[in-house]
Amino acid sequence: MENLFDLFVRNVFIENMVFAYFLGMCSYLAVSKTVKTAVGLGTAVIFVITVTVPVNWLMENYLLKAGALKWLGSSFADLDLSFLSFLLFIAVIAAMVQLIEMVIEKFAPALYNALGIFLPLIAVNCSILGASLFMQEREYGTIAEAAVFALGAGVGWALAIIVLAAIREKLKYSNVPAPLRGLGIAFILTGLLAIAFMGFGGIVI
Amino acid sequence: MKHLKLLTNPLNDENPITVQVLGICSVLAVTVQMKPAIVMAVSVIVVTALSNLIISLLRATIPPRIRIIIQLVVIAFLVILVDQILKAFLYDVSKKLSVFVGLIITNCILMGRLEAFAMNNRPWESFLDGIGNGAGYGIILIALSTIRELFGSGSLLGYQVIPEGLYKLGYVDNGMMILPPMALITVGIMIWVQRGYNKKLIEK
Repeated sequence: MENLFDLFVRNVFIENMVFAYFLGMCSYLAVSKTVKTAVGLGTAVIFVITVTVPVNWLMENYLLKAGALKWLGSSFADLDLSFLSFLLFIAVIAAMVQLIEMVIEKFAPALYNALGIFLPLIAVNCSILGASLFMQEREYGTIAEAAVFALGAGVGWALAIIVLAAIREKLKYSNVPAPLRGLGIAFILTGLLAIAFMGFGGIVI
Repeated sequence: MKHLKLLTNPLNDENPITVQVLGICSVLAVTVQMKPAIVMAVSVIVVTALSNLIISLLRATIPPRIRIIIQLVVIAFLVILVDQILKAFLYDVSKKLSVFVGLIITNCILMGRLEAFAMNNRPWESFLDGIGNGAGYGIILIALSTIRELFGSGSLLGYQVIPEGLYKLGYVDNGMMILPPMALITVGIMIWVQRGYNKKLIEK
C-alpha cells in the first residue's frame, strides 16, 4: 500500500510527464491560454490515461510479451509479439477514446459538454501513448501498479497545464517584447516551471 | 517554382516547430547530443514523406468517418519499420531514443500534415510537403542539439571540441544545458531570434 502511494507522488511531482519527459507538449502549449479550457483538457487526460494504461498492461502481459501467450497452450510459449506493441497500443487508445466518448455522452451529458472537443483530440496526445510505452519499458508487476502510475502521470500533466494557463492569464497585463509574445514566452515559462519542479528531484521517498 | 516552395516554406515561414507548434515533445527530449538528434531527424523525414505519399495515393478511397484510424495505422506501420531498422543497425542510438521512436506515431507533425495537406493534394506534392516539413523539424532538432552538446558537454557528435587548455583556465561546462528545462528556454530564445528577423510571424 505504502509503495503505491510513493509511486503516485513520484509520478505527479518528480517524474512529471511535462516537465521531466516533455510529453503532450503540443496540446500543452496550444490549449493553455485560459484556465477553464486547461481544466477541461486536464480532466480528460486524467480520465483517458487511467483507463488506457491498465488495458494496455493486460495487452502487454497476456498478448505481446515474450511468453505471454502461454495461456493458449505450450506451443505458443516462446512467441514474442512485442514488435506489434505500437500498433496495438495506439489502436487501444483510439478505441478507448471513442468508447469513453460514447459512454460519457450517454450517462453524463454535463461532463460531456464540459470536455467538449478535447476528448477526440486526446487520441494524438503523446502523453497517453507515452505512458503506455513507459509502462512497457518499466515492466510494472501488477495491474494496480500500472493503474496508480497512470493516475499519477495524468494528475501531473493536468497540474502542469493548469499552472501554465494561470500564469499565461496574468501575463496578458505584462509588457513582453513583441517577437517573444505568445509561443516564445510560453516556452521560456515552461522552462522556468521545469526548473522549479526539479526541486522535487532531491526528495527521497 | 511552386514545388520548390513546398520544400522551402516549412524551413522558415511555416516551420512545424516554431510556427505551427507541431511535434514539440521529441524536439526537447532527444537533443542532448547530436547523434540521436540526427537519427531522429532522418527517421521523421522518412516517415512524414512516406506517410504523406501513401495517404495521398489512398485519399480518394478513404471514407472520411474512419480516416483518423486509417492514418494512424499507416503511420504506425511506417514507425514499426523504422524502429526495427534502428534496432538492427544502430542499437545504441535506438536505446538512447527509448520511447521516442514509438512516439513518432503521435508526433503531431504527421497527423497535422496528413489532415492539412495529403488528404487534398496529389501524391508528388504531398511527398515534397512531407520532406519539407520533416526537414523543417530536422533543422530545429540539429540546431538545438548542436547548442546543447557544445555548451553542455563541450563536444560535437561525441568529439571533444573545446580544448583542454580552456578547462585548465577555469572554463566549466554548463551542466544546465543537459537538463530538460534549458531545452525549453533555448527553443524559446530560438523563436525570439527567428521572429526578430521575420516580423510577419509576430503574434498580436
